[in-house]
Amino acid sequence: MFRYSNLTVAQKQVVWAWGFLALPILFYVVIRFYPTFGAMVLSFQDWNLLGDKSWTGFDNYAKLFADPVFWKVFGNTFLYLGIGTPVSLVISFFIAYHLDKVRFMHGFLRALYFLPFLTSAVAMAWVWRWFYQPVPIGLFNNFLASAGIPQFPFLNSTTWALPSILAPAVWAGLGFQIIIFMAGLRAIPQSYYEAARIDGVSNWTILWEITLPLLKPTLVFLVVFSSIGFLRIFDHVFNMTTNNPGGPLNSTKPLVLMIYDTAFNSFDMGYAAAQTVVLFLVLLTVSLVQLRIMRDR
Amino acid sequence: MTDIRASSETLLDTRAPVKRDYTQYIRWLLLFGGGLLMIMPITYMLSTSFKWPHEVYNLNLIPEEPTLDNYIHVLEDGRFFRWFINSLIIAVITTISNVLFDSLVGYTLCKFKFRGRYIIFIAILSTLMIPTEMLVIPWYLMSQSFGWLDSYWGIMFPGLMTAFGTFLMKQFFETVPDDFIEAARIDGLNELQIWWTVAMPLVKPALSALAIFVFLGNWTAFIWPLIVTNSQELYTLPVGLTTFSVEQQVEWELIMTGAALATIPTLIVFLIFQRYIIRGVVMAGLKG
Repeated sequence: MFRYSNLTVAQKQVVWAWGFLALPILFYVVIRFYPTFGAMVLSFQDWNLLGDKSWTGFDNYAKLFADPVFWKVFGNTFLYLGIGTPVSLVISFFIAYHLDKVRFMHGFLRALYFLPFLTSAVAMAWVWRWFYQPVPIGLFNNFLASAGIPQFPFLNSTTWALPSILAPAVWAGLGFQIIIFMAGLRAIPQSYYEAARIDGVSNWTILWEITLPLLKPTLVFLVVFSSIGFLRIFDHVFNMTTNNPGGPLNSTKPLVLMIYDTAFNSFDMGYAAAQTVVLFLVLLTVSLVQLRIMRDR
Repeated sequence: MTDIRASSETLLDTRAPVKRDYTQYIRWLLLFGGGLLMIMPITYMLSTSFKWPHEVYNLNLIPEEPTLDNYIHVLEDGRFFRWFINSLIIAVITTISNVLFDSLVGYTLCKFKFRGRYIIFIAILSTLMIPTEMLVIPWYLMSQSFGWLDSYWGIMFPGLMTAFGTFLMKQFFETVPDDFIEAARIDGLNELQIWWTVAMPLVKPALSALAIFVFLGNWTAFIWPLIVTNSQELYTLPVGLTTFSVEQQVEWELIMTGAALATIPTLIVFLIFQRYIIRGVVMAGLKG
């Protein structure tokens, strides 16, 4: 007969451990693994929520790869990543590098740069959307007009709408990246700098030969973390283009917005699931490639 | 595994003061200017929320005749208050759930020796690779068949535990000496009591870091609440703000007021707990 009091100390611990893990395991199986599996299965089916599901093999994927909109969206998603990650990292490193050297009112300056990180993307998307409006409404164009510079189309241009939407996303992430960079900078032992200075090495050389190489773990983390964020951009695009989602002419539509449209406006669940699988593979590939490249160097 | 204290102290300055020279002044002024530019969208949002409609498109930062009219108009609507409460309830419950369960799982995986421990850890960690967007469709279908659509439970069930939090807490429980736990065991505490009264107080900084991240994440969450809610009474603040702003169309002073209402609470909380929040973000960022 099973009696708890008869168990050894080690056996009691095993009982406790599985007791503690029971509910979490149930959660991870039902809310994480089963849906992952479900999305993959659904991507091979055709289903509009109402009728019956039918197996269609790779039809959803074939349809996706033959869809010019998908390739446009795919390109946009990589534009968000390709512009957003380097631009935000260069700016945030530049600020962190200089902020780190400032003593006077350091906490106050840091707070100014960090604040935007705490804002909600939806609220700020609307603020920026207002900034981008044409004269006499938008702040930016009013500034330009008062300086005698011609109007800039921002959200109405197929070329400039994507960078315009990216700007608030980059802006909101800077605070986090600056804080992490500064923590990385502080972790570099001062003795390295002192030794370099005694040897008469220039600041520029110190930056490239000491600071950046020693900052590599921080850099790897921020590159991967921010890339994942830009590949999954949605809130800003959705809120800044509500009158024409992903427009003008799909020039700002990212993959997540296409998924949302396909699933919850067209109710083409199988097709949307195939798109989510593609998103998953994109995220996985980009992260692994970045880790591989940055580890080697 | 480095010491936790090392990472939290990186924010404290222990170095000798740098010699004052002109480049220092210029650096400070440029950083200050850049900082003002950083908060420019927030300041213009706040300023516009206090302006009369005819003044909205002027560039002046200080309203000529400040008014609370926009706030009265937006709050009279009543929906904002409701959305605010919804967001608060959801963010608070999710935060509590994460603090409890993520730390319990992190603790178990860190301090108990049993077969299968490693596999469970890897399995939980692997869910970090799965983007939320891949799960929203199955979650939606699940919510539909269980009747969870349009309910608080429906909004919050996906976020009740996170692999990120579990990993973070496991890292921090590594710093709790096994001797403490062993001593408590000899004193006759059961495992649940040991976790709660011995181990948990020792990782308080990590718990607050986790709480900040989870709260902020849920407070600003958009895509899942947008999908799972249908009726306006159950909208969260971000979803409500989208709906409200679309309705207003061109009345930017009201849209700015709505955006300000969604932003001001986090700004106040930040101003009060600045040190803890920044330290928490660094901890979560570097360990997670």
